[in-house]
Amino acid sequence: MAACFWGREAGGAVRVTVNGQQKEEANGTTVADLAASLKLDARNIAVELNRAIVKKSEYGSTVLHDGDTVEIVTFVGGG
Amino acid sequence: MGDTWSIGGRAFSSRLIVGTGKYASFEQTRQAIEASGTEMVTVAVRRVNLSDKSQDSLLHYIDPKRYVILPNTAGCYTADEAVRYARLGREVGLGEFVKLEVIGDPKTLFPDNEATLEAAKALVKEGFVVMPYTSDDPIMAHKLQDAGCAAVMPLGAPIGSGLGLRNPYNVRIILEAAKVPVIVDAGVGTASDAAIAMEQGCTAVLINTGIAGAKDPVLMAQAMKDAVAAGRKAFLAGRIPKKLYAQASSPVDGMIE
Repeated sequence: MAACFWGREAGGAVRVTVNGQQKEEANGTTVADLAASLKLDARNIAVELNRAIVKKSEYGSTVLHDGDTVEIVTFVGGG
Repeated sequence: MGDTWSIGGRAFSSRLIVGTGKYASFEQTRQAIEASGTEMVTVAVRRVNLSDKSQDSLLHYIDPKRYVILPNTAGCYTADEAVRYARLGREVGLGEFVKLEVIGDPKTLFPDNEATLEAAKALVKEGFVVMPYTSDDPIMAHKLQDAGCAAVMPLGAPIGSGLGLRNPYNVRIILEAAKVPVIVDAGVGTASDAAIAMEQGCTAVLINTGIAGAKDPVLMAQAMKDAVAAGRKAFLAGRIPKKLYAQASSPVDGMIE
């Protein structure tokens, strides 16, 4: 596949786990990119990367690496 | 200058804190919260649903400028887990408040007091406004207060049970020694339960299932609002002592012969 070849040329894709689901993202994908691709409003979420909090101000500069585990949470109804 | 209370640098005139779980819809949540007159609502911290493309969010129905958001650590069974959830809740960016829950048992949902105290100490150190759910144990309440918690929140009865304030005497003992707000959390099933809690002198009550689980949650929210206000007034007014025998309300003198 051309896309795959291009990906390999560019350094390949990264496999990450987001909220327990396996995902393949382009190399260089940031937390901000991931949130945007999931259509999430950064104002309503909090993100953990490998169990460490990622500050909102760092979403754009935090690049995902192969094997990373990401948790994205929000507020839901609760008592 | 009304009858207000404060916590974490915020002043409140409503003494009812409302949970946002178990409503039929976000719109019903909004209406019930509105009807309750509350100024503080609890929320849970959970994974975003990656397959839900509706982009609908509870936060579209609760204005954080109008309501203080109190994220909880519900579902956590260890201190570490609770601290992790609290940090995530704070990172959403709507304040430093946390309703700390460390559950000890899934059947009763009673708190693990030892783990709660451990988590409370860690969170206080990190600058959180810690509001811990605890059993109605005065010693525990005292320890949580000493740990720097901003309030203590003894349960009235098991979460969602609707059994009301099962041990008003313990709550009164907690109140005697408390220097922080005492908030009855859990177990309030109907308006009289809320009033009884407030009549003891509690600062506030926290209700979720009692409102959300009612046949008409919006009407129950109004009832709870009225009951909390009535119970508070009765406490301030000072109730009459209970007596075993009658005392006539009408004069005993001046009867005709």
